[in-house]
Amino acid sequence: MTNLLRHYLFWPVAALVALLVANTVARPSFLAITIRDGHLFGAPIDILRTTAPLLLVALGMTLVIATRGIDLSVGAVVAVSGAVALSHLASSPNPESPVTVLTAVGLALALCLVLGVWNGFLVSALGIQPIIATLILMTAGRGVAMLITGGMITTVNSAPFKVLGSGFWLGLPVAAVLAFGVFAVVAFVVRRTALGMLLEATGINPAASRLSGVRSKTLTWTVYAASGLFAGLAGLLISADTMAADANNAGLFIELDAILAVVIGGTALSGGKFNLSGTLVGALVIATLERTVTVLGISPLVTPLFMALVVIAVTLLQSPRMRERLTAATRRPVATTPPEPQPAARPDSTEVKTR
Amino acid sequence: MTTSAPARTPRKLGGVKIPTRLDRRYLPVVGTFVVLALMLIVGGSRYENFLTPAVVSNLFINNAHLIVLAVGMTFVILTGGIDLSVGSVLALSTVITAALLQAGWPPAVVIPVAVAAGTVIGLAHGVMIHYFQVQPFVATLAGMFFARGLCFLIAPESIAIDNASFAELATWVQIFGEWRMTSSVLIALIVLGLGFVVLHLTRFGRTVYAIGGGEQSALLMGLPVARTKVLAYVVSGTCAGLGGLLFAMAQRSGYSLTGVGMELDAIAAVVIGGTLLTGGTGFVLGSVLGVLVLGLIQTIITFEGTLSSWWTRIVIGVLLLIFVLLQRALTLRRT
Amino acid sequence: MTQQTAPPVVEMTGISVEFPPVKALDGVDLHLRPGEIHALMGENGAGKSTLIKALTGIYSPTAGTILVDGVERRFTGPADARAHGISTVYQEVNLCENLTVAENIMLGAEPRLLGGLNWRAMRRQAAVHLEHMGLDIDPASSLGSHSLAVQQLVAICRATVGDCKVLILDEPTSSLDTDEVEHLFTVMRALRDDGVAILFVSHFLDQIYEVSDRMTVLRNGGLVGEFVTADLPAAELVQHMIGRSMEVLEAAEEVVEHAERPAGATPLLQVVGLGRKGSVQPFDLDLYEGEVVGLAGLLGSGRTELARLLTGADRADVGQARVAGKPTRLRTPRVAMGHGIAYTSEDRKGEGVVDGLTVRENIVLALQAERGWMRPLPRKQVDELVAKYIQQLGIRPANPEALLRNLSGGNQQKVLLARWLATAPRLLVLDEPTRGIDVGAKAEIQKLVADLAADGMSVVFISAELEEVLRISHRITVMRDRRKVAEIDGGGATMDQVVDLIAGGGTK
Repeated sequence: MTNLLRHYLFWPVAALVALLVANTVARPSFLAITIRDGHLFGAPIDILRTTAPLLLVALGMTLVIATRGIDLSVGAVVAVSGAVALSHLASSPNPESPVTVLTAVGLALALCLVLGVWNGFLVSALGIQPIIATLILMTAGRGVAMLITGGMITTVNSAPFKVLGSGFWLGLPVAAVLAFGVFAVVAFVVRRTALGMLLEATGINPAASRLSGVRSKTLTWTVYAASGLFAGLAGLLISADTMAADANNAGLFIELDAILAVVIGGTALSGGKFNLSGTLVGALVIATLERTVTVLGISPLVTPLFMALVVIAVTLLQSPRMRERLTAATRRPVATTPPEPQPAARPDSTEVKTR
Repeated sequence: MTTSAPARTPRKLGGVKIPTRLDRRYLPVVGTFVVLALMLIVGGSRYENFLTPAVVSNLFINNAHLIVLAVGMTFVILTGGIDLSVGSVLALSTVITAALLQAGWPPAVVIPVAVAAGTVIGLAHGVMIHYFQVQPFVATLAGMFFARGLCFLIAPESIAIDNASFAELATWVQIFGEWRMTSSVLIALIVLGLGFVVLHLTRFGRTVYAIGGGEQSALLMGLPVARTKVLAYVVSGTCAGLGGLLFAMAQRSGYSLTGVGMELDAIAAVVIGGTLLTGGTGFVLGSVLGVLVLGLIQTIITFEGTLSSWWTRIVIGVLLLIFVLLQRALTLRRT
Repeated sequence: MTQQTAPPVVEMTGISVEFPPVKALDGVDLHLRPGEIHALMGENGAGKSTLIKALTGIYSPTAGTILVDGVERRFTGPADARAHGISTVYQEVNLCENLTVAENIMLGAEPRLLGGLNWRAMRRQAAVHLEHMGLDIDPASSLGSHSLAVQQLVAICRATVGDCKVLILDEPTSSLDTDEVEHLFTVMRALRDDGVAILFVSHFLDQIYEVSDRMTVLRNGGLVGEFVTADLPAAELVQHMIGRSMEVLEAAEEVVEHAERPAGATPLLQVVGLGRKGSVQPFDLDLYEGEVVGLAGLLGSGRTELARLLTGADRADVGQARVAGKPTRLRTPRVAMGHGIAYTSEDRKGEGVVDGLTVRENIVLALQAERGWMRPLPRKQVDELVAKYIQQLGIRPANPEALLRNLSGGNQQKVLLARWLATAPRLLVLDEPTRGIDVGAKAEIQKLVADLAADGMSVVFISAELEEVLRISHRITVMRDRRKVAEIDGGGATMDQVVDLIAGGGTK
C-alpha cells in the first residue's frame, strides 16, 4: 500500500479514474462506444481526439523539461504552424490536391523545426535561461503568425488536409492515431536507447555530463528542435480540425496545459528524471477534465477553476511535505532499505546542499 | 550559474579593490534608460506632437496598472520566483469591484475587498511555494487558472460600473499646465515609491535580494526566509489586486477576459528593466522604465498609423532578445 | 591553562539523533569552554555535522540535553542559535554574493533608522568589524567581487557580530591555501583570546595540531573521547578516528615501485607549450604508460588548470598535444576521451556526481556517452560491468539501483572512478580524488592508483596533501603562480625539497 501510494503515477491515475467515475455517474452512457459508418464514436474516443495536440506538445515539453529547460513558445509555434499551412493552401490554386497539402504540411513543419532550432540556439549555444529564451518567441511568435495570415482568420476548404483533424483511420480518429503513434515511437526510442539516461544526466548535472563526454549541448538543442516540431504537428491537427488559422487563439495557453500535463505526470520542473507515461496520463486528465465540465453541464468558461483545483490537489499531494505525512501515516517496519549505513551518510555529509 | 565561478578565479588575500567607475549592477538599467531616451528622441523627430506633455502623461495614464503589476512582479522575480497569475488576478479584482458596486456596496468597502482578493491569492501562492515546495511556475499557474475561473463564476459578462463616487475617484485629475496626473497615476507612483523604499531600506527588502542571491545562504545567515518568500508573493498578489482596481477605474467596468497575457507584459517589463530572472539582481525603477518602453512601442506604432498592431508583439520580442543578449554578455564577462 | 577550570559555555550530554532506521548519533557528549579552540574529529559519517546541526537546531535530538551557559536549550534553527550567541561558518561560503560586504556582515543585526536600514551606520560598523579581522576591503563593494578566501573571512566576521560566545567552523580551510589558512588561524587565536569558544572541524591533522587546544573524537555516531591536543599523538588520534588497524594505510605506504622506463619510449601524451590565457602559462609535459605523475602546488597554483587543459575540460589557446606521437587538439572532454584520456574533477559535487541517477547509471555514463545514445550498452553487459566495479572498488551500499545522492563522499568518489575505469582509459587524470573522504577510503584509492599504473595505465594525480603526492608518484611536477616550475623524480624527492619549490626557492 505504501509503495503504491508513493508511486508517481498513483495520484494522476487516481485523478483520471475519479473524473471518469464522475462522468459515468452524471451520464451512465459516458463510457459507451458505438460504431457508426465503420468509425468509433463516443465520449472516450472524443477525449482521445482532443488529447492529441496536447499530447504532442506535452511530449516535447517533457523532453525539454528533462534537460532543466522549459518551452513557453509552443503555443505561438502552434499558431505559426496553422498559419503557414492554411495560408499556403489558401494561396494555392488547387487546395484539394494531395501534393499541395503535403507541401503545406512540409512547409509548416519545416518552419516550426526552424523555430525550435532557434530556441535551442538561444538556450544551448548562447546559454540563455530557457524560460526567457522561449519567452521571446512566445511574445513575438503570434505576431509572426499574424504577419503570415495578414491579421485575418484564414479559412480554406481542403478535404485531404481536413482528414488530419477530423478523419478516421481504422475506425479511430486520425489525429489521435498520429499523436499517440508519435508518442509511442518517441517513448520507445527514449527508453530503449540511452537517450533517456543521457537527457536525465544533462538535466541533473550539466557540468558533470559534459566532462563525462555527454553531448549535452547537442542533446539540449535537439529537444528544443523536437519540441518545435511536435508543436508544429499539433498546430496542424488543431488547424485541420477547424480548417481555420486563427493567429490569436490557436493553441492559446497550450504551453500551460502541456506544462501542467507534465507536472501532473510527476516530472519535476527542476529537470532530470522524467516520466513519459506520467505525461500521457497528465494529458488525458486535462482533456477529460475539459470534457467533464461539459458533461456536468457547467459553463466551459469555468473550466480553468477546475483545472486549478486538480493541479493544486495533485501538486500538493506530490509535494515532499505531503509525501512525508502520507508515509509517516502508513509507515510499517519494512526493511526495504539495505541495512548498510547508507542513510547515515546523508544527514552527516559535510556538504551543504546549495540547491 | 554564478556560484561555480570562484573555483577558478585567482585568489589574493585582501581582495583587490574593484575600480568603481559604474557598478556593473546598474548597467542593464542604464541600457533600458538609453533605449527609452532613444525611442523618445526618434519618436520626437519623426512625428509632430510626439514629445508633448499630453503624450507623456498618457503614457503613464495608460500604463498605471502595468506599473503596479511590474513593481509586484519585481519582488517575486528578485527572489528567483515568478508570478504568472497577475493578469488573472487583475481581472478578478476588476470583476469583484464591478460586481460588488453593482450590488450596491459602498466603494470604501469594495476597494479594500478587491485588493484583498489579490492579497489572499498571493498568500496562497506563497504558502504553496514555500511550505509545500511547489515550483513557483506551477503554483502561480494554478493561481492563474483559479482566478480566471473565479472571474467567470462571478460574472460571465462584462459589468459596467456606474457608482457615482467610484466614478468621481476614477476621474480625479490634477493638471499642471499641459501635464495631467490621474488618481491611478498617483497611486502607481506611490506604489513605486513604496516598492523602492521597501526593497532598499528595510530588512525585508534586503532579504528579498538575499534569497535571490542564494536561498540556502540566506537561511544559514539566519534571515527570515520563509516569511520573506511568502510575503513577496503577497506583495505581488496585492499589487495585482490594486492593478485591477486601477484598470476598473480606467475601463469603468469589470470583465473576466481582461488582462489575458498581461503577466507576460509585466514579466517583459521587468526583464527589459534589467532584472535577472534568476533573481538577486535588479531594481524596481528599472521595471518601471521597462513598462514605459513597452508603452512607448505601442505609442510609436499608433503614431506610425500604417503599421499593423501585431508589430507591437514582434518589436517587444526583439527588444526582449536584445536585452537578454546584453545581460548574457554582462554575466559572461563576469565569470 | 585557566580555561580548563572555566565552566563550559556549551554542554551537550547524551545527544542522540535518529533518522529511522539509522541512529546518526548515539549518546554523544560535547563540552565547549570559553577561550578554547576545540577540534571535532572523526571520519566522514562519524557524526560531526550531525552533532553541529543538533546543536544549532537544524536537527532535533531524540535524546540528550543541551546546556548553554547552564540553561537547557533546544534551538529552533540557526537564527535562534545565533540569537543565543552560537554562530556557524560552513565549508562553502553561505553568504549572498549579490549583496554588499556590509550587508553580508550586518544583516540580521543591522542598525536601524526610522524603522528602516541605516546604510551609513551599517557600512561604518561593518568597517570596524572588518578591521578587527585584519581585512582591508571596502564594505560597500559587492561580496561576489572578492576571492573565496576573503568571502570565508567575511563569513567569520559576520558570525562574530553581536554577542558571539561560540563560533563553529565547519571545514573552513578546505579551499584555502597556506597563507590564507595562516590568516584564518591568526583570526581564530585572536577570537579565542577574546574568550570565544571555537569548535573547529577539519580534515587536516597538521592544522588541528597547530591550532586546537582540545578535541572531541567521534566514530560511527558514537563518542570516542575528549582529549587535550598536546597529550594525544597523531598516530593515536588516527587510530581513534578509524578504529581499525593501520594495515590499509601501511599497505599504501609502499606503493611506489620504480620500474625503469625503456629508453626512447614514446610518451602516451606529450604536450608542448600548452597554455591558456589567465589560467595557466605554457608548459611542456610528457606522460608515459605505467607511470604516476604527481602535480604538487598550492591551490590556485595552476595545477587544476593544467589538468583541465590535458583533458579538454578547458580549451588551450596555445601549444600542441600529441597522443602516442600523433598531433591532436584536445578541444573538448569528448575528444580527449576518444584518445583514452579520462578526468575526474576536483569539484565532485558540481562536476562529478549525477546525484539523481543510480549507481549503475553513473558508472556507465561515460562509456555510454562515448558510444552515443543510439547504441545503448546491452543490459547484461551493463550489469556485469557494474557488479565488477562495485566489487573491485568496494562501493557501499553494493546496490546498483541506489541513488548516488544517498552514498557517502568516499563511495561517490569510487563510483566516479568506476565511471572512468569502465571506459578503459590509457591516461587517468585525478584531481583531488581523496579530498573530503575518510582515511580508509583514501588509502584504498591510493592503492588502486598504484595498481592501475602497475597494469600500464598512465596516471596524473593531484592532491593538496603533499605527503600523498610524494608517496604515490613516480615523477612530480611542481606548479607555482600558474606556471610549471620544476619536474623531479618522485623516488628521490623529499618533502622539504618539494615544499621549497612550491614556496619559490626558499623564500618562505
